[in-house]
Amino acid sequence: MIKVENKLFQNRYKVDAGHPHISIKNPDICQNDCKSMACTVCCPAGCYTEEGNGKIVLITDGCLECGTCRIICSEHRNVDWEYPRGGYGILFKFG
Amino acid sequence: MEKFDAIVVGAGPSGNAAAYTLAKAGLKVLQIERGEYPGSKNVQGAILYSDALERIIPDFRDDAPLERHIVEQRMWVLDDESYVGSTYRSAEFNREPYNRYTIIRAQFDKWFSKKVQDAGALLICETTISDLILDGNRVIGVQADREGGAIYADIVILADGVNSLLAKKAGFHPELDAKDVALAVKEIHFLPQETIESRFNIGEDEGVVIEMVGKITKGMMGTGFLYTNKESITLGVGCMLSDFKQQKTTPYALLEEMKAHPAIKPLIAGGEMKEYTGHLIPEGGYKAIPKIYGDGWLMVGDAAMFVNAVHREGSNLAMTSGRLAAETVIALKEQGKFMTEANLALYREKLDESFLMKDLKKYKEMPGILHKSPQFFTTYPELINKAAHSMLTVDGVDKKTKEREIRRNFVGKRSLFGLMGDAFKMWRAFE
Ligand SMILES: Cc1cc2nc3c(=O)[nH]c(=O)nc-3n(C[C@H](O)[C@H](O)[C@H](O)COP(=O)(O)OP(=O)(O)OC[C@H]3O[C@@H](n4cnc5c(N)ncnc54)[C@H](O)[C@@H]3O)c2cc1C
Ligand code: SF4
Ligand code: SF4
Repeated sequence: MIKVENKLFQNRYKVDAGHPHISIKNPDICQNDCKSMACTVCCPAGCYTEEGNGKIVLITDGCLECGTCRIICSEHRNVDWEYPRGGYGILFKFG
Repeated sequence: MEKFDAIVVGAGPSGNAAAYTLAKAGLKVLQIERGEYPGSKNVQGAILYSDALERIIPDFRDDAPLERHIVEQRMWVLDDESYVGSTYRSAEFNREPYNRYTIIRAQFDKWFSKKVQDAGALLICETTISDLILDGNRVIGVQADREGGAIYADIVILADGVNSLLAKKAGFHPELDAKDVALAVKEIHFLPQETIESRFNIGEDEGVVIEMVGKITKGMMGTGFLYTNKESITLGVGCMLSDFKQQKTTPYALLEEMKAHPAIKPLIAGGEMKEYTGHLIPEGGYKAIPKIYGDGWLMVGDAAMFVNAVHREGSNLAMTSGRLAAETVIALKEQGKFMTEANLALYREKLDESFLMKDLKKYKEMPGILHKSPQFFTTYPELINKAAHSMLTVDGVDKKTKEREIRRNFVGKRSLFGLMGDAFKMWRAFE
């Protein structure tokens, strides 16, 4: 298993503690209705994890702000996606 | 209340090109960027194409942070353990003015932004625009995510990149379709300058580009790349989101496997990885271009789907569209005309006359064909590598028998009819 954490560790972030910029609208939909759970595979920062019982946990601290999770959740449109507040979030040194 | 001639949202190449051109013409310009500094949110491979920037800042070579000019282009078709490649290297690429450079976006965007501010535009960073302010259907300003954040202008230029939330919230665009965007992940590895130059057989300031297709994308429609910077190498892989969704490999696992490929591993050996990035690329092409102007607004760059995926061009289309949008606004101002949708149609005319729309139109069938032809990313790379292996292995089997075997392999994996159809489709798309 490749640990994405080791990669994210190299990045700089200014975390907006207590203000996640992405949230799951209705957790029940993830747990009961979503077959693909594509967010757990496609997120390049591994922000979405499935807890084993179908429950999805989203932790946005390592988010690269790419937009993937919003677009691939097209069957259920269950992701509420905003940019972080100005100045917060990922801070690319090189890009 | 302060009002501007123009507000530009975003300080990537498209926004910078627009703001620079407007400010140079003497317009009162406000540019807003959500990152701590311009470039802090942005990702590119990155190859810079000189021409588009030269038309905006002719003497950019004097002080722009350029890494290496490209003297050699490699194309690799990879199987699991091998690749078949072509190389084009020319002394002509070593004669000034150079045509392509590698750049590091965070540094480049900062440099470009300094030029924009020197030209007279006002830049505010660390500010996210949360909404457009509408009067009916007309954009009259923007709402910033701070107290009293309403700011007004005659025209708002949306240079907010591939995730243009503003256009969606205002109802101008629907959500992006997963088949029209690619997700790319990449890393930067630092190595001593001499190591890079000896590994790639290049002199000081000279650079190499490697573009890759094949097994590294595990059957997904996508490509890999590796570029040389002065003291670092960037490499990455990108695939269409619609394909990512259908399978079980994570983007970072894909990147790890690519780095472990026997052809790639030695090129980055000993390097120190200093950043991992992920970003979307709008690759839907001509047919996926959304509405790009309306009453009081214009859209440029990635937000407008201006990427030529076949040739890996994006930043140049961003800069060109930014410049043309600005020139449209300047022309209307000079004629005393309002920023209505009807008058702003001039922007579309300018785009249609430029290489930007001509190229996107030329390749308009390409995304559709590739979506329907996974064999270009799986079967063909495998067959081509097997053929090369067979011909190059001296094992007592005569060459004619080997040729027959190779032909049988191709037709076996894909019917003769399929092969001809593929050749025809590609020819039509490139024609
Ligand atoms: C991995 C990768 C490799 C690439 N390689 C190449 C290459 O080699 N050559 C090439 O020419 N192109 C390449 N591209 C494409 C190129 O990077 C883009 O086409 C180009 O960056 C588009 O510029 P832009 O100004 O339109 O958007 P961006 O560069 O994305 O800029 C948008 C800006 O708007 C800001 N913003 C967004 N929303 C808001 C808001 N609401 N409020 C305030 N600010 C906001 C963002 O922070 C950002 O700074 C590559 C892209 C990727 C992802
Ligand atoms: S893809 Fe959407 S609905 Fe499915 S688990 Fe992820 S967030 Fe929930
Ligand atoms: S925006 Fe991208 S990095 Fe952030 S959580 Fe969504 S998929 Fe992951």
